[in-house]
Amino acid sequence: MKGKENKNLRIRVKMESKEFGDLLDDKNQSSDFHQDHHHKETFITKYIFSQDHKMIAKQYLLTGVLFMGFIGIAMSLLFRLQIAWPEESFAVYEIFLGKWAPEGVMDPNIYLALITIHGTIMVFFVLTAGLSGTFSNLLIPLQIGARDMASGFLNMLSFWLFFLSSVIMLASLFVEAGPAAAGWTIYPPLSALPQAQQGSGLGMTLWLISMAVFVASSLLGSLNYIVTVINLRTKGMSLFRLPLTIWAFLVTAIIGVISFPVLLSAALLLIMDRSFGTSFFLSDIFVQGEVLHYQGGSPVLFEHLFWFLGHPEVYIVILPALGITSEIIATNSRKPIFGYRAMIASILAIAFLSTIVWAHHMFVSGMNPFLGSVFTFTTLLIAIPSAVKAFNYIATLWKGNLQFNPGMLFSIGLVSTFITGGLTGIILGDSTLDINVHDTYFVVAHFHLVMGISALYGLFAGVYHWFPKLFRRMMNKNLGYIHFWITAISAYGVFFPMHFVGMAGLPRRYYTNTAFPYFDDLADINVIITVFALLAGFAQLIFLYNFIYSMFYGKKTVQNPWRSNTLEWTAPIKHMHGNWKGEIPHVHRWAYDYSKPGQKEDFVPQTVPIGENEEITEH
Amino acid sequence: MIGLLTGTVLLLMGIAIWQISKIHQLIQNNMGIKKDDSQIATQRDNDLQGKLMFAFLVFIYLVTIYCFWNYTKVLLPESASEHGVTYDRLLWISFAIILFAQTITQAILHYFAYKYRGIKNRKAFFLTHDNNLELIWTIIPAIVFFCLIIYGMVTWSSIMNFNDQDEDALIIELYAQQWNWKARYAGQDNVLGDANVRFLNDFDGRNSVGIDSSDPNGWDDIVVTQEFHIPVNRKIIFKMRSQDVLHSAYMPHFRAQMNCVPGMITEFSFTPTKTTAEMRMNSDIAAKVERINKIRYDNNQKLLAKGEEGLDPYQFDYLLLCAKICGTSHYNMQMKIVVDTEKDYNKWISSQSAFSSIMQ
Repeated sequence: MKGKENKNLRIRVKMESKEFGDLLDDKNQSSDFHQDHHHKETFITKYIFSQDHKMIAKQYLLTGVLFMGFIGIAMSLLFRLQIAWPEESFAVYEIFLGKWAPEGVMDPNIYLALITIHGTIMVFFVLTAGLSGTFSNLLIPLQIGARDMASGFLNMLSFWLFFLSSVIMLASLFVEAGPAAAGWTIYPPLSALPQAQQGSGLGMTLWLISMAVFVASSLLGSLNYIVTVINLRTKGMSLFRLPLTIWAFLVTAIIGVISFPVLLSAALLLIMDRSFGTSFFLSDIFVQGEVLHYQGGSPVLFEHLFWFLGHPEVYIVILPALGITSEIIATNSRKPIFGYRAMIASILAIAFLSTIVWAHHMFVSGMNPFLGSVFTFTTLLIAIPSAVKAFNYIATLWKGNLQFNPGMLFSIGLVSTFITGGLTGIILGDSTLDINVHDTYFVVAHFHLVMGISALYGLFAGVYHWFPKLFRRMMNKNLGYIHFWITAISAYGVFFPMHFVGMAGLPRRYYTNTAFPYFDDLADINVIITVFALLAGFAQLIFLYNFIYSMFYGKKTVQNPWRSNTLEWTAPIKHMHGNWKGEIPHVHRWAYDYSKPGQKEDFVPQTVPIGENEEITEH
Repeated sequence: MIGLLTGTVLLLMGIAIWQISKIHQLIQNNMGIKKDDSQIATQRDNDLQGKLMFAFLVFIYLVTIYCFWNYTKVLLPESASEHGVTYDRLLWISFAIILFAQTITQAILHYFAYKYRGIKNRKAFFLTHDNNLELIWTIIPAIVFFCLIIYGMVTWSSIMNFNDQDEDALIIELYAQQWNWKARYAGQDNVLGDANVRFLNDFDGRNSVGIDSSDPNGWDDIVVTQEFHIPVNRKIIFKMRSQDVLHSAYMPHFRAQMNCVPGMITEFSFTPTKTTAEMRMNSDIAAKVERINKIRYDNNQKLLAKGEEGLDPYQFDYLLLCAKICGTSHYNMQMKIVVDTEKDYNKWISSQSAFSSIMQ
């Protein structure tokens, strides 16, 4: 008993001296730190208000990805049905939309609401919170060799704020006049005036509150990630030995901290305009026979504020996916990732450029055309680091010994869709060419491939790859293969033809295209797209089944199933507070010594010291 | 038809689920001889999946070819405006580059996936980086993008930086509201009168775009609905306004789009080069109209069989659409554009009544 007290005292002293910055090397390596802390865990502290990063990662995965993702995808299927068979009666509408589908025919307002909430959920809840929330939380401490996040409490708070914002967003689906319906970009005045659209009443208020809470959650999470990566790396884990996953998560968090507050300010100003009569974004408005008092504001200001977040946001979504892919492709190619430093440089370049390209969403917004030139320049620049990343992935495959685990398939799939979707960015990023495809289905096809599908592939890859780490069991690989191939085929089946619909001049967010006979010959293409969309939606059920089944009945995993180098696979299979029994492993090499000549195995974990005659090959 | 299709889809899904569970079972049972349920890819998996990767490359190519073969016909016809010709050239140059890059990179990616599919006991080639290679694939895209940027910027400024004091140009205001368009011509003086939403209720609400009646420039202004006419080969300067929410004036055949922003006036300019009559003679448009009318005829048969009203046959017209989400009827906010010869245009405009007729 006495000894224990002494130890605790020693730790306290250590921690205090750490505050003075003396013990930077020591970080959190006090080997006996966690063994001494035998928290008495109740159900609530273990499963609900958990401060353990692994549990929080699971919470994000279940709520952010599985639950919200399911809703988001289901919504897209509903409105795809309407696009393919406009104004047809479907029983499924009556079930899910109730009064919004009189006699089974979808109401135009709920169509707009569905596309709005689909976009919001997929971009923010699934691909921002779900993706970063799951994998940053799981992997940052485990891959850098830390006992947990810098602040477990803030981490918990971050998740529960996210949960709260999800609840508010879902609650908005049930209000009398319907949820927000102004598009996920919620441009005012449409989003500001309930007179202009019924969804802009309480539905929009809830949307804004939900997003404000979401931003708070995201900031808490991001700050925690940044601090953890900077401060809590284990001995030997220099920045240039970090796996690319961690680099991606770190940079993503930094962009998030820079850009999310701007969304919050935009949302706050919009709340002011809506509820307190200010005129930040509104001027000279006449609606429903009445001149409103607003004077002097500009919707273009909102567009600037929104896209100052909105564009970095697509990189917040795609960078973690690219990080995950880097790791999985290297591991399963049994080869070092090609051009490790070039990969880091591209991540940094993309991050920097991502904050100065936002106005390419606004070429025809009425802003000064000179700005259009500037933003064309910066936008096409960002294609260079993106191209470098794609080439580096391909070079990593070259002369590898590819192990086609499901995660690997999704990673290669990501590279494929990232290229296909990224290339059409050359059209949209060019202010001239944007004129005629702006706000058409061409845009929809482009961003779904490059950030939607690609990021989802990254997410799936991550789930298949780290499922053993999360749930101590393996997912069924054959179901994984089937899931991948159906998804891959349907993704191209949906979005490839969609480019042509856009190039035919069809604007997006049309409830039906029948008002224009000119578009009658696009009806067939839209049916094909919807059939593929249904197929893709069905494939996700396979995933869902595999996920839930494997969680409980999957094959028990071995310590390091993919024979990977990174630290998380040195931690015991059974989850424990503090991640490692005894001392935290020290790192002696980079994460990519796969198939290194002169080594017995085709992988050398980061914890293995450099041999006597071994060449140091880290790059 | 719809019921049948949904039925088929559901049936196919059912079959797929059944098959998958079967496969699942078979795999579980059949592998009994040499059971490997580690759920880690085996050499057999690598072999099959690697080959499927190659097959997927073929699939991507087939989808590409199919789409270009079948859907090129639905794309917009050749441009009906002067700058549109430059626009189209830049578009197809960009597309050539995209298709080239797409074809090559997808081929290499999937071929490598196939070629280097895992074999037991083979060791991968240890290669960390290659500065020359990386330099090449940084510099080549950089040069290509640089050329595109320059080309794009030059075109952009030639389209956007028009001289809005041009006396020969015809000035037209496009006025957007939920959910229709109006066009206002500047009249004899070719100067639009001042306007503001605060005048919309003047003259018992007949002042439909809110012209300020105290500004003499506005007295001869002409407001039209449903359709507006423009003379061919004359520069048109559009001034866009909106009275309620954001709209976007999209005229795809002229490669023209500009948002309409409440509280400000935005601008776009183009010179139409083909009259509506000429465009109807265009072979792409003629073929498209024929296709559409066939579809409409087929749909009519069904509608008439149900005892509903049939659809009118379709005739091509230039369109002004709304491309910015603007509420319930966003999907049906249209105006017809008629490009006339100078003579026909003059005849049409002189038959329209000016704002002063409302003021009396």
